[in-house]
Amino acid sequence: MTIRTEPMTVNVGPQHPSTHGVFRVRITFDGEDIVEVEPVFGYLHRGTEKLAEERNYVQVVTLTDRLDYTSSMINNQAYCIAVERLLGVEPPPRAKYLRTLTAELQRIAAHLIAVGFFVQELGAFGTPLMYAFRSRERILELFEMLCGARITVSYMRPGGVFADAPREFWPALDRFLEDFEVEFAEMEQLLLENEILMIRTRGVSPIPPEVAVNNSVSGPVLRASGVNWDWRKQDPYDAYDQVEFDVPVGSHWDNYDRFWVRIQEVHQSLRIIRQCIEQIEPGPARLELPLVLRPDPGREAYGRVEASKGELAFYLVSDGGIAPYRCKIRSPSLINLTIIEELLVGWKLADMIVSLGSIDINMGEVDR
Amino acid sequence: MSCQLAADNVLYANGLYRLVYDLVGTILPCWLSYVIAGLVMIFVLVNAVLLGAAVITWAERRLLGRFQNRVGPNRWGPFGLFQPLADLLKLLTKEDLTPDGADKPVFALVPILMVAPLVMMTAVIPFAENTSLAALNVGVLYILAVSSITSIAIFMAGWSSNNRYAMFGAARSVAVLISYEVPVVLSLLGVVMVAASMSLGSIVEAQVLPFFLVQPLAFFVFMAGMSAELNRSPFDVAEAESEIIAGYHTEYSGVKFALIQAAEFGGVGVVSAIAATLFLGGWSGPWSEYLGWLWFLIKTGAIVFLFIWFRATYPRLRIDQIMAVSWKFLLPLSLVNLAAVTLEVFLLRGPEGVLTTGDLGIMAVINVVVTVVAIWVFGNLIRDRVKFQARQPSDVVVPGVTTIEVH
Repeated sequence: MTIRTEPMTVNVGPQHPSTHGVFRVRITFDGEDIVEVEPVFGYLHRGTEKLAEERNYVQVVTLTDRLDYTSSMINNQAYCIAVERLLGVEPPPRAKYLRTLTAELQRIAAHLIAVGFFVQELGAFGTPLMYAFRSRERILELFEMLCGARITVSYMRPGGVFADAPREFWPALDRFLEDFEVEFAEMEQLLLENEILMIRTRGVSPIPPEVAVNNSVSGPVLRASGVNWDWRKQDPYDAYDQVEFDVPVGSHWDNYDRFWVRIQEVHQSLRIIRQCIEQIEPGPARLELPLVLRPDPGREAYGRVEASKGELAFYLVSDGGIAPYRCKIRSPSLINLTIIEELLVGWKLADMIVSLGSIDINMGEVDR
Repeated sequence: MSCQLAADNVLYANGLYRLVYDLVGTILPCWLSYVIAGLVMIFVLVNAVLLGAAVITWAERRLLGRFQNRVGPNRWGPFGLFQPLADLLKLLTKEDLTPDGADKPVFALVPILMVAPLVMMTAVIPFAENTSLAALNVGVLYILAVSSITSIAIFMAGWSSNNRYAMFGAARSVAVLISYEVPVVLSLLGVVMVAASMSLGSIVEAQVLPFFLVQPLAFFVFMAGMSAELNRSPFDVAEAESEIIAGYHTEYSGVKFALIQAAEFGGVGVVSAIAATLFLGGWSGPWSEYLGWLWFLIKTGAIVFLFIWFRATYPRLRIDQIMAVSWKFLLPLSLVNLAAVTLEVFLLRGPEGVLTTGDLGIMAVINVVVTVVAIWVFGNLIRDRVKFQARQPSDVVVPGVTTIEVH
């Protein structure tokens, strides 16, 4: 007797505990193995690009907060760099250092979320996630001191930052760095050499460098695929040409490397923050610019940063008005998602969730 | 008129049963008092299981909170002790949904089938000296047989829910349960062999030296296997919430969900009680004739704590890895344990076939060594299968941009 089997199609998302928001993917399974993948986007589309055309240049900063809501600072930074290039101005050095410092703090916070949820999706019930959130909470408190907001910060402005850091910020930052060393070491001890984590992620869903480059993948996912590529090194912006740091590169191209690269990047971010604290000097934190910005008509600018998830860029076109004529957002999450087929097909249901976690998408950014 | 319970009745050993039987027997016919005394005992056991489940949900949430730098539920009652009651009230007031296209009778039967085996298992557990409801002489076999009913209930839940996630959970769960039954049964054989009895009462009495010292390997296999059978971390694939929502009970709500949760946490309690009885010496301890129940509770609590600790610590294994752990790791280990114990019992037992305390001590020393060596050997054997070669850093050249040196 032969038993007939047939593939089964399952809708994963838009309501699912681990699709990072409202991502939906139709997956055809053969038993537990994935045969076919069809991603469906658009459940969180809010028309950010169009909204940007309706607001003046400074107001758009608040829209960028809501793109990838786990790394608002870096989104602000990318947009402000684009506007500055559009105007042809340069922020003062103190502003550059403040931006670099807050962006790196935000990178740590975003990587903590990425790592925490990655391990949560591996099935570790809450503990690593809570460890990560304990430290992230401290970073958000620092942001609150800077600008009064924790998530949607809107701290940066074209021409610098909204305001200089208050006096009590610096000792608080020192205390955070001191505690974070210990807390992060605890987390590394729990996770890095964890036997179960290793066998679950080592060798799973490798993305060869050719595939990664051809799909325009960027950020930790690209570096885990063995390509040494970091916009902070390749095209330094703000104060990144003044600080020293290394670029961690994966050698196995798999889920574990994507996790490992993020852990190492946190260490590099800490190095950058320490150098910023040493090098920063008193001075103005914001360029004197008119309240309503009117770049020259016909100018275009492309502002690009290495965000926590990859290359985030704003392409702005001016028609001489008070609002951008066009604002195109190149979001790393969307473009990193294009490798989803290489990532998932042929692997198991359990690996699918982990692989999705390893590329660390954020739906606010994917759908925009 | 007074009824007399025959001394060879399995229920004879239970003092409470005899008390109720004698009391009721003074006014009612014997067959009726037999039934009424039985119902009283069932009432006690059902409440013990459900109350235990409530306490364990509270303990789990509080302890997980401590493990994770959180507080945990602490609002209602001292230390949040009444939290399970609040949860229950909430679930009771919820709508009891049955999905369209569900197989309704099967769907409704599942919660009962989940709880029933647990209550049945408690019938043979001695909570203190002479307190098990039925002093069955095949207690271990009975427990193994009854506990297997759960896997049928889980598959019924997955099949009748008309939900693909539930189906995933059910299929995974059945695969896991069937695989882990084998090493668990083999690990218990060693216990039965040393105690020379399948009755739980006799096994407790045989533990002058607790069996987790005499057979650490069996204890290890039993705990690992039971984690899998209870769908607990690191083997909780059947209800892996990050993958398949809630697994087989995705579609359950209201009272049915409450019962399934009670069965899950009650299961932890009952299995811990069995582990405490078989491996930690059950009610035995100083002044055990008065404080037996206290020793029993402390030992059960220790095992429950272990299960919660696992859950707070380990990530989940993949389904094929779980199968590999069962067949390639736990099964050989339980066979090694069985072989070692068989040889030791054969060589050490006296002319009357009895093992003395000294013999148990010798066995403990040998078996600790056997355990360390066996876990090391088989651990490395299944570990060596997964080795990965580091690839060379890529030499992919991105057009238009110069590459930077590798740090």
